[in-house]
Amino acid sequence: MNPTANIKDYFDQAVLPETKGKIGSLRKNAQQLYTRLGIPTTKQEEWKYTRINGLFSKTYQLTSDLSKVPVSSGDIDALRLPGNANANELVFVNGLFSLELSKIISKDLIVLPLEEAATDEFSETIAKHLGHSGHYLKDGINALNTAFVQAAAFLHLKKNKVLEHPVYIYHFFDTRNGNTFSQPRSLVHIGENASMQVVETFFTVGTGESFTNQVMEIVVEKDARLEYYKIQNDSSESSQVSTTHIRQLGKSYTHSVSISLNGNIVRNNLNVIFEADHCESHLYGLYCLKGQTHVDNHTVVDNVQPHCFSNELYKGVVDGKATGIFNGKIFVRKDAQKTNAYQSNKNILLSETATVNAKPQLEIFADDVKCSHGCTVGSLDEEALFYLRSRGLSLDQARSLLLQAFAMDILENIHLESIRSHVSSLISQRLEINEHDRIRDDIE
Amino acid sequence: MLTIKNLHAGIETKKILKGIDLEIKAGEVHAIMGPNGSGKSTLASVLAGRENYEITEGSVTYFGKDLLEMSPEDRAREGVFLAFQYPVEIPGLSTTNFIKTSVNEIRKYRGEEPLDAVGFLRLMKEKMALVNIDQSLLSRPLNEGFSGGEKKRNEIFQMAMLQPKLAIMDETDSGLDIDAIRIVANSVNKLRNKDNAVLLVTHYQRLLDYIIPDFVHVMYNGRIVKSGSKELALELEEKGYDFIKHEVSLPEEA
Ligand SMILES: Nc1ncnc2c1ncn2[C@@H]1O[C@H](COP(=O)(O)OP(=O)(O)O)[C@@H](O)[C@H]1O
Ligand SMILES: [Mg+2]
Repeated sequence: MNPTANIKDYFDQAVLPETKGKIGSLRKNAQQLYTRLGIPTTKQEEWKYTRINGLFSKTYQLTSDLSKVPVSSGDIDALRLPGNANANELVFVNGLFSLELSKIISKDLIVLPLEEAATDEFSETIAKHLGHSGHYLKDGINALNTAFVQAAAFLHLKKNKVLEHPVYIYHFFDTRNGNTFSQPRSLVHIGENASMQVVETFFTVGTGESFTNQVMEIVVEKDARLEYYKIQNDSSESSQVSTTHIRQLGKSYTHSVSISLNGNIVRNNLNVIFEADHCESHLYGLYCLKGQTHVDNHTVVDNVQPHCFSNELYKGVVDGKATGIFNGKIFVRKDAQKTNAYQSNKNILLSETATVNAKPQLEIFADDVKCSHGCTVGSLDEEALFYLRSRGLSLDQARSLLLQAFAMDILENIHLESIRSHVSSLISQRLEINEHDRIRDDIE
Repeated sequence: MLTIKNLHAGIETKKILKGIDLEIKAGEVHAIMGPNGSGKSTLASVLAGRENYEITEGSVTYFGKDLLEMSPEDRAREGVFLAFQYPVEIPGLSTTNFIKTSVNEIRKYRGEEPLDAVGFLRLMKEKMALVNIDQSLLSRPLNEGFSGGEKKRNEIFQMAMLQPKLAIMDETDSGLDIDAIRIVANSVNKLRNKDNAVLLVTHYQRLLDYIIPDFVHVMYNGRIVKSGSKELALELEEKGYDFIKHEVSLPEEA
């Protein structure tokens, strides 16, 4: 471990170790970019509402050697997600991928350290896709991850295979010996006509602060399918910039659900790039925030080719002094005729001190397209509260039911049942809903 | 059961109810008729406890208790039920789940054991048959995308499930065709007994062909200006509301 006085100073002066080949040149370019751009500030449009430079003036530990982190399989057991017995499990500790702590049960899924995969049959795939997110996220924070990429993971699902076991990805941040700064990196390649489900979540262990700058790049080849679930319910001392960058090829299909509950400063970038025709993507998000939690969801759907379909629904319940930000971009390029792109963002504010900023951005350069967007910010519907109370429900119960009902159309898009019920109970805890008032399906 | 005395209520500076007096006894059916905007829904809402109305004068006693002091939920638990003129749509909340919560909250208040899934299903089956509602409607989210008639049917179903002592029905007949009206009326008639009472707000007298009221009251401009037997409804139907406006000379906006 490498305690440093100030993480920004450290990166500004860091000397990159020599890495050969594609990864090496990618890192070198990224470091130059980082040096040029620095940490994004609120003066930049994309970072207007989310201030992260304060996080960079703190002291963190940097882990470069996994063997020096005392995280054991036993530590992880306590935190595994439900359904894990039937899942492939990938473990990152302080940003470094640990093959040793991971468990791969599907033979059609190849999981390798990225450096190792790059020297092998996957070198071309990696050369083609690694770092693609940098074309969309032209900022110092994305460059920082790429510049210092180490112990990254590479996943490949063989073509024509339907992965029967989902992939659970756990990110552990061990702060038992002080604050940690982590930069997990992964590249996922889903072969033609293959299909997989990915669930990703984050745990800070210990009472220190964790700060994570994560980049995950996913390639969904022709006719392939991806379901991706991100669950953020880490400690209030955890901050992260979490990027998921998805490239879709012909007729591929993706479905993502991002759940943000607890954390300090959380910035999510979700990019979906339709690089071929007839792609489809569904993007769902739910943030239930209170305390001082700040969650910023930036999404991009880029229609490069014609006949693609996207539907996006992000919903937020914001209480206390929390802040929820939604920024949804839809690009329709000149050639992307017959695009169908829909977007909606709905928010409920539960306190006077809660904040929501919502901004849809449509940039359309084709003429034969169907696009719509809408955004609402309001409080709980008084008329609905009265209706429920007039049937004998207390005010608290009525509120609970309305909030759960509000979250329902996101929740029901989690198709993995064990994960859905897990998230449902996390949401209830977050919204302080009594066990007694939880909506259940036991009578249908 | 219910005694309303000199009730005045309004919103902000607007006076809507300007002195309502009404006495309802167990076993009775009262109909309130009147032109649009006369304050019928306001009266119904005030009785159910809608909080955005301000009560400026008068009292409402329900089984000896001050009804106006009670929260909407306590009124429901004490047996007051309002069938809404415009039932609310709540996407994401299954109708069945909602009704189960409602039934069990009311049971809890009365010191009864909550119904388990089996007991609840049994009660539901029985009441579904009574009010002629389809299971498929009840497994959908509450009122979401229901037609006008389906929403009204759902209100009647909830009423059957909750077995109120005082049922207030706000234009449950509006927008329904004659078959649907007959079903609503039938359900209400089956639920009538000597221990409960019904306050029927209606714009038209045709519902009263099927539910025979003991009293008919005509409301106009925030007051009950005429009360009588069921024949009054027929007279209104024949002459229209204008005859009321002419017959009663009212002080304009007090
Ligand atoms: N929430 C409200 N805000 C302002 N005015 C209202 C409100 N509710 C009712 N009113 C007014 O009170 C009067 C009576 O309305 P209502 O009770 O709905 O009459 P009815 O049911 O007899 O048609 C109308 O003039 C109506 O516009
Ligand atoms: Mg009305």
